[in-house]
Amino acid sequence: MKYTEEHEWLRVEDDLVVVGITEYAATQLGDVVFVELPEEGLEVVKDDEVVVIESVKAASDILAPLDGEIVEVNTALTDNPGLVNEDPTGAAWFFKMKLEDMSAMDDLLDEAAYKALIE
Amino acid sequence: MAEELNRLPLHALHAELGGKFVPFAGYEMAVQYADGVMAEHLWCREKAGLFDVSHMGQVLLPPDQAQALEALVPVDVLDLEVGRQRYGFFTNDDGGILDDLMIARRDADLFLVVNAACKAADIAHLRAHLGGVQPVEGRALLALQGPLAEAALTRMVPDAAAMRFMDVAVMTWQGAELWLSRSGYTGEDGFEISLPAENAEAFARALLEMEEVAPIGLGARDSLRLEAGLPLYGQDLSPGISPIEARLGWAVSKARRADGARAGGFPGAPRILAEMAGGALRKRVGLRPEGRAPMRAGVPLFADAEGGPGIGVVTSGGFGPSVGGPIAMGLIDSAVPDGAMVYGEVRGKRLPAAQVAIPFYKKTYKR
Repeated sequence: MKYTEEHEWLRVEDDLVVVGITEYAATQLGDVVFVELPEEGLEVVKDDEVVVIESVKAASDILAPLDGEIVEVNTALTDNPGLVNEDPTGAAWFFKMKLEDMSAMDDLLDEAAYKALIE
Repeated sequence: MAEELNRLPLHALHAELGGKFVPFAGYEMAVQYADGVMAEHLWCREKAGLFDVSHMGQVLLPPDQAQALEALVPVDVLDLEVGRQRYGFFTNDDGGILDDLMIARRDADLFLVVNAACKAADIAHLRAHLGGVQPVEGRALLALQGPLAEAALTRMVPDAAAMRFMDVAVMTWQGAELWLSRSGYTGEDGFEISLPAENAEAFARALLEMEEVAPIGLGARDSLRLEAGLPLYGQDLSPGISPIEARLGWAVSKARRADGARAGGFPGAPRILAEMAGGALRKRVGLRPEGRAPMRAGVPLFADAEGGPGIGVVTSGGFGPSVGGPIAMGLIDSAVPDGAMVYGEVRGKRLPAAQVAIPFYKKTYKR
């Protein structure tokens, strides 16, 4: 698992990466009540706003962690946004991306670096 | 330079309970505790929630200032019985609202509770027009709200059971003088309790030890009051919004209305009374957005899904945990027919919202 400073996690699954938000981020957001997902097939560049997530407290954006194409989104979140709080690093993945360049993953934070960031 | 935040008398207890602090009206306040806004909200609707609202302003006035107070609020203060309180608001000369407040008549004084953000301005306003204005120092203010509030409180203060909605009373607990009112800001039955700051922690802990009582933060306080359709000063009420626009005409006492015994005589009376007779240009409405996207304060509202001029703005909005979906209140042109669909522009998209009756969620009070 790799991490961004924006509190996203990325997990490699075959030739794709699965993206979600960390437990820390989910706790900070509070109860999630709305998730708006991008369209499948969307080409994104790093830091594009791709997902809107609203908690009882506020709206936030989730940014594209790297350049690539959104190939699949987790529609279960649309009907059950609370999954983000229940299982942020499992069932509540947001989208799967085909990266422009898989080696860009190397520049992301590893678990130890992410843990240091949130401490 | 960052403003120094005040701390409430129960700050250490809030921290111990897992409170997550945010700055609010100059105070460091718990927005939620360990369980989070949603769970706290639902707990308060089912059981009893304890709120620390010590940031709010408490003010005492001599009883002979009732008439002078009437010159600032469209409320019948002279005929307010001892042991009762009324909701009201300070109006300005333009007929807008400077703050909303509770006015209680007690044996030897009038007791006001005002909003934290307006506290200093309210006290200055009162002092400019009244004598003997005495801000209350050294007292905390707690609220215990929910269907089990009475059961919980009366274990400690049995006489509170006799209080009806909007009654006020002075009682004692372990030697501490409690100033109680049967009221609140959640749409639930409950009490607000002013007590000496030095007794507040023991009192709060005694309540929190009860199985049915849990601490509730500012986040759920906001969602509870929104579901109850209660306006929030600074959002739904402001110096630019008249009480009639805000649909608070019910709070203008009969005696102060155009056909009343002491008609008018408060700031902005010409506009307010004219609007009561002939209608206001804008109206506060309840909105139930379709779908799940919340419409928050500031979202512009339109009559049409595309094009056309704006008709108003969302003044409060979010997710209603007991409603199970997004809810909002908005201030819109009165010309928009009641019940017509309106559209809120969220992230560049116009989303439909039905006009619905407020409160969004209704409970019965002990009257």
